[in-house]
Amino acid sequence: MTLRPRYRSGSPAVAYLFIAPALVAIGIFFVVPIVAAFMMSFTDFDIYALGSLTFVRFVALENYLRALDAPLFWQAIRNTFYFVLVGGPLSVAVSLGIALMVNSRLARFKSFFRTIYFLPVVTSLVAVAIVWRYVYHPRAGLLNYVLSFFGVSPVDWLGNPDMAMPAIILLAVWKNFGYNMLIFIAGLQNIQDDLYDAARIDGAGVWKQFLNVTVPMLAPTTVFIVVITVIGYFQLFAEPYVMTQGGPLNSTLSLVMLMYEQGFRWWSMGYAASIAFLLFLIILVFTAIQIFLRRRALV
Amino acid sequence: MRDDRVTIRFWAFGNEGENVQALIPEFERDNPGIHVMTQQIPWTAAHEKLLTGFAGDATPDVCQLGNTWIPEFAVLNALEPLGTYVTIAGESGLPDFFSGVVKMNVIDSTLYGIPWYVDTRVLYYRKDILGDAGFSRPPRTWAEMLRMCQVIKTRAKSRGILRYPIFLPTNEWVPVIILGVQAGGHFLKDGNTRGNFSGKEFTRAFSFLTSMYRDEYSPTGMSLITNLYNSFADGLICMYITGPWNIGEFRHRIPPALQDAWMTAPLPSLDDQIPGASLPLGTSLVIFRASKHKSEAWTFIRFLTARQQMVNFYRITGNLPPRQSAWTDSSLRANVYMRAFYDQLQRVDPLPLIPEWEQVVIRLQQYVELAATGTKTVDETLHEFDREVDRMLEKRRWIVEQHRAGP
Repeated sequence: MTLRPRYRSGSPAVAYLFIAPALVAIGIFFVVPIVAAFMMSFTDFDIYALGSLTFVRFVALENYLRALDAPLFWQAIRNTFYFVLVGGPLSVAVSLGIALMVNSRLARFKSFFRTIYFLPVVTSLVAVAIVWRYVYHPRAGLLNYVLSFFGVSPVDWLGNPDMAMPAIILLAVWKNFGYNMLIFIAGLQNIQDDLYDAARIDGAGVWKQFLNVTVPMLAPTTVFIVVITVIGYFQLFAEPYVMTQGGPLNSTLSLVMLMYEQGFRWWSMGYAASIAFLLFLIILVFTAIQIFLRRRALV
Repeated sequence: MRDDRVTIRFWAFGNEGENVQALIPEFERDNPGIHVMTQQIPWTAAHEKLLTGFAGDATPDVCQLGNTWIPEFAVLNALEPLGTYVTIAGESGLPDFFSGVVKMNVIDSTLYGIPWYVDTRVLYYRKDILGDAGFSRPPRTWAEMLRMCQVIKTRAKSRGILRYPIFLPTNEWVPVIILGVQAGGHFLKDGNTRGNFSGKEFTRAFSFLTSMYRDEYSPTGMSLITNLYNSFADGLICMYITGPWNIGEFRHRIPPALQDAWMTAPLPSLDDQIPGASLPLGTSLVIFRASKHKSEAWTFIRFLTARQQMVNFYRITGNLPPRQSAWTDSSLRANVYMRAFYDQLQRVDPLPLIPEWEQVVIRLQQYVELAATGTKTVDETLHEFDREVDRMLEKRRWIVEQHRAGP
């Protein structure tokens, strides 16, 4: 008679046991709130409901329809897409550019520069915002001072509805590029040197090497970064919250800011929850498109 | 040493939160059994903090509350009614306080807050420009104001100067609500459950306001006035409706040569009752119902709202005292710009006391912008706004109806 071990290796029960703590935490802190918010998005939970739960009504899809009918919602959609479509590619390009420079054979003090460029990522945004408000100051600001050398007259960066979003994009790119830069550097270091050697022997210049070796070899990294960046950028909140409060004239009001205002300023929690799920849908669609494009490119 | 004092938690906002701390040592000396723990919160986060505090059962004992927020917290049943405390203190009602301001604290005949400081709006004007146009005193009625605007505008045009007689910002709800209050203030109807902005009173106020933009007596859009104080000093604008904090700003920012050229006056009136009504804004002190130290909290509120402390607080912050007797103090009498505020506070009319009010006026701002640029007629604009207000008040309507139908 052979003794059978109680659990064979490969038994799912053991695996579940190991991941149980994580599952419990995810269940309590993610799944439950998400389900609760989803249910809330079909109710008119508001300030009156906070006072007494007898004032909650089931409203089916009304919150969603109201959002789709509200000009402010569409304004927030436009602002958010502006930020994602301009800020996203810019952020990825800057990260890649800096990663290439830092990773270059010619570069010295590599770890020093890596640290410097990563500093904005780990600095508190609130502290950063105070400094950037000075940078953007219409009279005393550094940016206008520098521009004045080129004959550009002073710009009211955060006060002008046309300039506020570009100003927010610049801040966001500066604040976040360091993170993507690190991932790009890791990707670059994974490319074997003999590929470049072979390309050089074939007579490829720096630009051709970049196009035919670096870009294809970095493709998986790039897809990852683009997906992560787009998801992150769709959730634009902290930058306008600390810099402009969504103004001037709602020109920097993002979807998450709108949701926050509706939820925590006016306490229209049901409505705010419906905006959250609309944003979730948008992000889901965009991520799916990116992954689909990537798969097709591979075939 | 064991500290057996009772600790009361006090939330105060922004500048007031910082400055009130100077008054507390005296209170703690007079009341050795009470310790006040002040938490300072920025104004921009105050409302969220209070609501989440309520949702999380973590409200303070005493708090300052913008008086337009009181209806909201009364609906939540979060505030302690203060009527009996006031009676026990030997005061029947609050006779020394400006009555319009007290009304903002009374909801369904229950008193929820004691006014701590007041904020109302008056007219700031350029004496020299008005004088140059042949007017020796500020306008007392809006009809008079129109005539002044006409003269000032024509004179400026003939000299080739770009000048706007008055500045009524399209991104502020204050001017339009002031005019609405003066026209009778029937903003809402059916027990504050439906918009009445297309009613004849508000239509009159709104038409008047939009005519000021149409005749270019006030600039539309915000891009022209990048700096209010420079524009006022340059004579680009000559009159402006604003609050007490701008006395200090005008003193600092307007060049010394022009310091004798500006003055404050009570608001002009839409009818013949002088002065015209203004708004009883300001901040009150409240006790939260969940507080375990209500009597100590009340002692603290009585201390802060006593005449002497109001005067002290005015000296530190420039915030106006809601007690009439405080205005006899030399520090207030010495300030010539304060006269207009004292006169104005005699006539301030309360606003609708519903939780949705702030949302309503913020939306109204955008309709002012629409009408100012002339994209829509007054009637169209106001009917559309009423429909939107009706949507905002739908929940309130339902609750009121339930109460009627209920037991």
